[in-house]
Amino acid sequence: MTDFIIETNQLCKSFKGQTALRGLDLRVPAGSIFGFLGRNGAGKTTTIKTLMGLLRADSGAARVFGIPVTDADGSIEVRRRIGFVTEDKELYPYMTVEQIIRFTRPFFPKWRDDLEQRYLKMFELPPKKKIPDLSKGMRSKLMLLLAISRGAELLILDEPTDGLDPAATEDVLRELVAIAASSGTTMFFSSHQLAEVELIADHIGIIEQGKMIVTGSLDDMKAQYQRLQVVFADSVQTPSHWVDGVEFVRQEGRVLSILASHNVDAIVEQARSLPGTAVERFPVTLKEIFLEHVRSN
Amino acid sequence: MIFRLNQSSGIPLYLQLIEQVKHAVETGALREGDQLPTIRKVAVDLVMNPNTVVRAYRELEHEGVLELKHGSGAFIKESAGGRARVMRKAQAVVQSALERLAPLGLTEDELRRVFENELAQARAEKRLAPARHRAGGSVVPQASINGEGKP
Repeated sequence: MTDFIIETNQLCKSFKGQTALRGLDLRVPAGSIFGFLGRNGAGKTTTIKTLMGLLRADSGAARVFGIPVTDADGSIEVRRRIGFVTEDKELYPYMTVEQIIRFTRPFFPKWRDDLEQRYLKMFELPPKKKIPDLSKGMRSKLMLLLAISRGAELLILDEPTDGLDPAATEDVLRELVAIAASSGTTMFFSSHQLAEVELIADHIGIIEQGKMIVTGSLDDMKAQYQRLQVVFADSVQTPSHWVDGVEFVRQEGRVLSILASHNVDAIVEQARSLPGTAVERFPVTLKEIFLEHVRSN
Repeated sequence: MIFRLNQSSGIPLYLQLIEQVKHAVETGALREGDQLPTIRKVAVDLVMNPNTVVRAYRELEHEGVLELKHGSGAFIKESAGGRARVMRKAQAVVQSALERLAPLGLTEDELRRVFENELAQARAEKRLAPARHRAGGSVVPQASINGEGKP
């Protein structure tokens, strides 16, 4: 089934001559936890703001729950079904924790009092404290509470664990997983923490200079990607044409290091056919895939 | 939780989970009829994506290790024990090979590399039984793995 909760086609956006998105194609399957990766300034926040209807794209289309984000009436409906944690974790500064919860609750008919109480306790949020007096980590937790308690079908989380200590990060990830397991909520989250993405995401997309350069199921990607190390007895000889699937080749002394994205058996065969070689294959981590792709760009 | 995953190995988590369930069956830690932890429990305890757990359980069902009973959970199948016996035979073969290799004084890493290279070679030359968990991959009859039925 190809049921996408978020779908964009050739999304473009510029700010005063600076191109932020150049033809972004993004597809987030229903029920997935989608890790959205990219360097600083790659276009992650612009994408998220466009999806939320906070920015208007110059061209291309974006749909959330099948509804175009430019549809004014639809946009209200969409926002009611989304829980959102922004990058800057900004909330009304004159309210206390208790007040902002009471203020937010009536907007969402599916509000979950049980979750609200649970997270207040778990995140140890002081109800009487004013928002500006909270630490960055506390504000992240408060935003998560507000996003999760509304019973959203889709959570859009812009760096949800940014500013949290390792224990709080573990708590948050565990809760996200628990919510996904019990309610099938789709989650779209951006992060710099590749290790946490590798833990909880089942789909990923890597954005670089406003374009999606790699996307798909994380397990498939890790099964298909491999690093090959080709050791030459004498001098290194490279073929004039590598077979399909060779992404990057690096040479260090008598060793060629190849990152293969697919077709690994054929690549191994080709490497073995070169004179005097021994070929070894290694699994690759998400970090290696990420770094190779963004460095080469 | 009897399962432990290695996050930095680069090996897909669902494959690691599949291997661990099989290993638990082979060692007898999980027996025929035993219930596995629920998908939610595995996901939360190991902090991993629930869909990944589902995928592992489905493939284990496809391979005949598990039985998924709707609403009541996942159970080790009665026939999984037969597979465990085959694996114990293989264990004995590998044990004797290791004993014979001992005089060469290779390190653990060196041994692993030799083994994995040979495995890759065998795969390239299609001398291995097709993967049992790949979609569409045929399940090899046990007799051929046992070596029985050969002249």
